[in-house]
Amino acid sequence: MSKIHVTTKVNGDDVEFLCEPRETVLDVLRDHLNLTGAKEGCGTGDCGACSITVDGRLVCSCLMLGAEAEGKEIATVEGIATGETLHPLQKKFIEYAALQCGICTPGILIAAKNLLEREPDPTEEQVRYWLAGNLCRCTGYDKIIRAVMDTAADMREAS
Amino acid sequence: MALDKTETGESYEGRTSYTHVGTRVDRPDGLDKVTGRAKFGADASAPGMLHGAIVRSPHAHARIVKIDTSKAEALAGVKAVVTRDDFATGLTGEEWNVLENVMAGDTALYDGHALCAIAATSALIARDAVKLVEVEYEILPHVTDVDKAMEPDAPIIRAGQQSKLVPEGMHPNVVNYYQGGHGDMAAGFAEADLIIERHFTTEAAHQGYIEPHAALATLGADGKGDLWCCTQGHFIVQKTCAALVGIDTSQLRVTASEIGGGFGGKTTVFLEPVALALSRKANRPVKMVMSRSEILRATGPTSSASMDIKIGMTKDGRITAGKGVFRLQGGAFPDAPAGMAAECSFAPYNLSAVSIEGYEVMANRPKQAAYRAPGSPMAAFAVESVVDELCKSLDLDPIETRLKNASREGTKAAYGPTWDRIGLVECLEAAQAHPHMKAPLRESEGRGVAAGFWFNHGGETSVSLALSEDGTAQISVGTPDIGGSRASMALMAAEVLGIEYENIRVTVADTATLGYNDVSHGSRVTYASGLATINAAKDAVAKLCDRAAQKWGIDPDAVVWEDGCAKPAGPNAGQFDPMPLKEITRRMGRTGGPISGHYEATPEGAGVSFGVHIVDAHVDRETGKTSVDRYTVIQDAGKAIHPTYVEGQFQGGAAQGIGWALNEEYVYGEDGRLQNTVFLDYRIPVASDLPMIDTVIVEVPNPGHPFGVRGVGETGICPPLAAIANAVSGAVGIRMTSLPMSPPKILKALKAQSDG
Repeated sequence: MSKIHVTTKVNGDDVEFLCEPRETVLDVLRDHLNLTGAKEGCGTGDCGACSITVDGRLVCSCLMLGAEAEGKEIATVEGIATGETLHPLQKKFIEYAALQCGICTPGILIAAKNLLEREPDPTEEQVRYWLAGNLCRCTGYDKIIRAVMDTAADMREAS
Repeated sequence: MALDKTETGESYEGRTSYTHVGTRVDRPDGLDKVTGRAKFGADASAPGMLHGAIVRSPHAHARIVKIDTSKAEALAGVKAVVTRDDFATGLTGEEWNVLENVMAGDTALYDGHALCAIAATSALIARDAVKLVEVEYEILPHVTDVDKAMEPDAPIIRAGQQSKLVPEGMHPNVVNYYQGGHGDMAAGFAEADLIIERHFTTEAAHQGYIEPHAALATLGADGKGDLWCCTQGHFIVQKTCAALVGIDTSQLRVTASEIGGGFGGKTTVFLEPVALALSRKANRPVKMVMSRSEILRATGPTSSASMDIKIGMTKDGRITAGKGVFRLQGGAFPDAPAGMAAECSFAPYNLSAVSIEGYEVMANRPKQAAYRAPGSPMAAFAVESVVDELCKSLDLDPIETRLKNASREGTKAAYGPTWDRIGLVECLEAAQAHPHMKAPLRESEGRGVAAGFWFNHGGETSVSLALSEDGTAQISVGTPDIGGSRASMALMAAEVLGIEYENIRVTVADTATLGYNDVSHGSRVTYASGLATINAAKDAVAKLCDRAAQKWGIDPDAVVWEDGCAKPAGPNAGQFDPMPLKEITRRMGRTGGPISGHYEATPEGAGVSFGVHIVDAHVDRETGKTSVDRYTVIQDAGKAIHPTYVEGQFQGGAAQGIGWALNEEYVYGEDGRLQNTVFLDYRIPVASDLPMIDTVIVEVPNPGHPFGVRGVGETGICPPLAAIANAVSGAVGIRMTSLPMSPPKILKALKAQSDG
């Protein structure tokens, strides 16, 4: 089977890869580009562990084909921090113990960051519904919701 | 802080204040986990690596007539195929059961049972090859329901598995029997003013960890292997895998990856021995990762249960007798936790007459695996529902009544032991005082209360602590960190050594580095690895004191360790300035060599744990949908080493319980196939389903741990099924006796109510 040549941007870097027509963006990130931050929890778009943004839009990378990344700008958890400075959400997640095992954390951080870029002052209900596509089995979401709400408050104050 | 350095205790020190323990520090692996660089099971790769995939039975019960792999083997890129013939023979007991589960022998025992595995140069080719394998089956009759599996005409799943303890005349699918209790049951029930007897059922729920099982295996023809996998216990993986592929245990080195949730489901092996067998055959590393549907079909959910409860009570709320019968199916294998269900069922109550029975039943379902306090949540659901109904019928306060009958120090439990210091009364009193109990309820909303119990566990434990020249410490533990335990270990070691938390690094060491460590299960890690860490640190402190004594030329017994320094024990020991840890380690190469501390034991003072949950649930009578409006968890932690992570355990247990109570279930079709094999259909709670979950940490020290720690991981899932059922029953005015209380089931109950 012939492979498809794709040119794209991942976390601001120019990237080229060859992928099978059947391979997803998640397969490409993890198996070809060695970016294993996005996780596969289900492969059917139900758990959100593979969340990335494509041209600023939140998507499950397991539901998008690698070939569809042509000409797009992809952002993954590996690109959230700036150098050694963590994003406020990353700091707050550690401080609040908003993770136990940490497998859902990359997807939740991507989704929460995307929410705060759209809505800097979300209600608890908005946060809960925005994150309803990201399953966490450990925490019961309590500390995650608090971390996101408090990060939003801090970021509003800082801006 | 004075320490008796000769003490290597497993008993409570009675200390009242701590420097590090009880603080809410950042976890040491936090940065890795928020940046995506933490390496989980599926994140590893190796040069020359192949990818494995498994052929699974679509039938619930079928004799395997023939497996034809020729077309698959002819596919370009396929490098190895294994079947049961590629595994060890002559295994017995649980090792045989595990082998039979990870690779079927002559019969497929459930939908999803593994029959054959393939390794290929890519995951896509391996999956294509799976479709080319032709299997000829002889379909056999099947049974998936626990009660039906016990009926006389039920198909026999595997003959010859029945234990001698099983009462005569029972179906061969009943493989084990447990019986316990004490007192005169007839006299107890005769004393009662009201007796309520009810039947309850719960469906199987899956642990639902978000990280799929994954393994990267290398095994050579020389019998030496390396395995990387996500597991709750790499030492049991080492032992089991070595037996299943027929090599020496010590020749297989297993490294535990970061683990993306387990909840009991990763305490055994599934892919790991298969990846090893494929690797040996292909002579290349093999990586295997399960799909979600493979996880749901072929790894262990918990048991489904059928239970009968009978309880008698006097008008003033004294329980006079309690009887429980618990039937749990464990898939096509023995060991369903029926005995543990029976043992936990009446644990919160001080009873003079109690009788408990458990039946382990086989059915054509995947081999059940532990799920957070196995057996206890369903037993609590049944018993606490009847207690609630008795309280309602007799117009008694549910907490007052539980206090009146509560187990306390000295109470003899139904399963034998007499309790040491326990914290149930303190939990009930905290519940009584909580503002949640006084908050008003809206229409169609009910409030439920329930208590729950878990044993907690000790287990084989081995910890090493090495001091560095710069006065910092490295700790090697053998229990995978499943939710922040590295932080807890570092806090406990910092307390003993008198150095800063940040100056300690905790590593989950591989199987070649430490002696055998039991699995991260039984809520044992903070208790047992914690106890071992404390004692390893004390061992190092004793050696530090020796070096100081040497330097000062005094007896080592005349040196004490305080605030991170060796000091003379008193004026008679001599006048010397305190010698800080750093000063001793800086010179240790010249004063006797490296200083390390070790501790190995099987501690047995885990200390049981109780919890009490309060929940407000609203039922929409039109749609049958239940929403949880308010939730409070109160639980005895003994001593909370890291309170934030203790709260997290409470909240996580409650959330899983909410899923199990309201929505999660294994749905089998008439054909015996699992109908809901993806997260869309096996729906675990999402953020918009839940409220904030309030927590109260009760601290009644465990006499069996130096700092008083009790495990906290499992008890949190014991009360919720009952508490929510009590709330829902109150909201709709109907006693709900079957879980999950999904909208169709609630609507059916409401219809029956309105039809009279």
